Amino acid sequence: MTPLWRYGRPALVLLLAGLAVGVPLWLVAVTSAKPQAEAINPNLDLPRHWQPSANYADAVSQGEMLHGFLNSLLVVVPSVVLVLILGAGAAWVFARRKSKLVSAAYALCISGLLLPPAVITIVMELRQLGMANTRPGMIAVYTGMYLSTSIFFMTGFIRAIPLELEEAARMDGAKPARIFWRIVLPLLRPVIATATIMVMLYAWSDVFYAFFVLGGGDRATLPLNLYQVASAQLYLNNWHLVFAYVVVMSLPMVAVFLVGQRKIVSGITSGAVK
Amino acid sequence: MADTVVRTRKAPSPAPARKGVGRLPRAAVHHPWWFALPAIAVFAGFFLVPNLLNFYYPFTNWSSYLADIAFTGLDNFKTIADDGSLLRAIRTTLVYALLAAVFQNGFGLVLALLLEDDSRFNRFFRAVFFLPVLISALATGYVFQALLDQDGAVNSVLGTDIPWLGSTTWTLVIVTLIHGWKWMGLSMLIYLAGLKGIPGDMLEAARIDGAGPWRTFWSVRWPMLAPAVTFNVTTALIGSMNTFDIVQATTGGGPAASTEVFNIYMFRIFGQGLYAQASAMSLVLFLVVVAVAIPLVVGLRRREQML
Repeated sequence: MTPLWRYGRPALVLLLAGLAVGVPLWLVAVTSAKPQAEAINPNLDLPRHWQPSANYADAVSQGEMLHGFLNSLLVVVPSVVLVLILGAGAAWVFARRKSKLVSAAYALCISGLLLPPAVITIVMELRQLGMANTRPGMIAVYTGMYLSTSIFFMTGFIRAIPLELEEAARMDGAKPARIFWRIVLPLLRPVIATATIMVMLYAWSDVFYAFFVLGGGDRATLPLNLYQVASAQLYLNNWHLVFAYVVVMSLPMVAVFLVGQRKIVSGITSGAVK
Repeated sequence: MADTVVRTRKAPSPAPARKGVGRLPRAAVHHPWWFALPAIAVFAGFFLVPNLLNFYYPFTNWSSYLADIAFTGLDNFKTIADDGSLLRAIRTTLVYALLAAVFQNGFGLVLALLLEDDSRFNRFFRAVFFLPVLISALATGYVFQALLDQDGAVNSVLGTDIPWLGSTTWTLVIVTLIHGWKWMGLSMLIYLAGLKGIPGDMLEAARIDGAGPWRTFWSVRWPMLAPAVTFNVTTALIGSMNTFDIVQATTGGGPAASTEVFNIYMFRIFGQGLYAQASAMSLVLFLVVVAVAIPLVVGLRRREQML
């Protein structure tokens, strides 16, 4: 390796990180601490007058943040759990059984990776089922949408697990349900971490489907609230509040990533690239 | 342990039952279908059925203004074709998807090559470049609106007065750059995984044969990255055809509808209560995605086989 590249590479990384990630994050951080008058034209200057606590308190009270946070949790957590459990069960069957019917069912179930969800007719169907504007409706839509992702990752992963591990338990008399819970699910841990973060990421930040399914009412999730805060005439140019909201909304995802970082990376490695 | 497994397997098995009498096939006993049925039911009910309904409602007059739904044939498609929104949405979405895929993969590959070695420094910066993936697309859109606004941060730093988000030609490109920025971290991770999968002795052999960094890249690494490329290009291209948040937060489809992709159009028309018309656009999106996805996946898979 040439000496130029040896020192040039870290320097380039620092420069890119500073420009591409540092500048936008800096803008968010400083603007969220500015009074409205300074934040109207967003720039990279430090606040002349610091008032982060007032802004964050405003974002929480005026932006219905606690309510939105609870609504997001009530929708995202059940969706993630369902996607993981139902997805693992299906992936197990798809990975282990071999027949034309199984391949067809597998292909159909992962078609959601490519096909776009038909969001308008989802609304129609939910209305007929009496699930429009409800949390169960939203959970069902997210679960249906993201099952493909988890089935795809998990099926690939299970195929790489030696069948002997299951057979050993079977010799000891374990039934399929027990084998699934005691052998297959624990082995799936890395790919479960990946699927969790992917689904959480999508569902936590989704505003498009939430808009159609939940609407703006008192079941609105965090991103839906952010959208309303940012697009309401009242808040026009209220960058200080918008960015305070952005910070609070992003922190849970950053925390989840930092906790599960290593498993997430290894799960992506084994699931996506074969 | 493996030893005992083998031995127990060789233990005398019960006498084979007569064919077809009181015995299910082994697969049905060991991996019964009912483990897969709940997932299949939810997926069918809330993904496939709506997509099937989407082949019916575009041909009706379903809207918030009429109590009953009646069949109207191709009226909705005529409307969106005549007012120009159909072709514009197709064109805008395809350009968006293509550029977004190019930027996302380009940035991701460059980052992966820069941060390839497993040092503490590199691991830290991988996490830094992954941060945008964790920030919601809507928030990303607002951040860049504040940066690129005519009174925004970029103009104030450069001392310019450029309407970054106000050009009917270039704003689409800028929005796709933002899309690439948001998702580059995910592409980077997958390219890193691909690079890690290249056997070390292969690179060693290339070096002994006197190949420089460029030659090694084009002759060894790039071909070996084929599966990662397939995955990244497919997900980026197809995923960005379903884009909404970034465009909505930065331009809302403007200026002059120059960034109005399918989902922005559906969002706007649905808000006006014209459900069947929005559904017609949704069906077109479905068909366009299928038309792009199938040749893409087949082509990239074939390329993997050849390399």
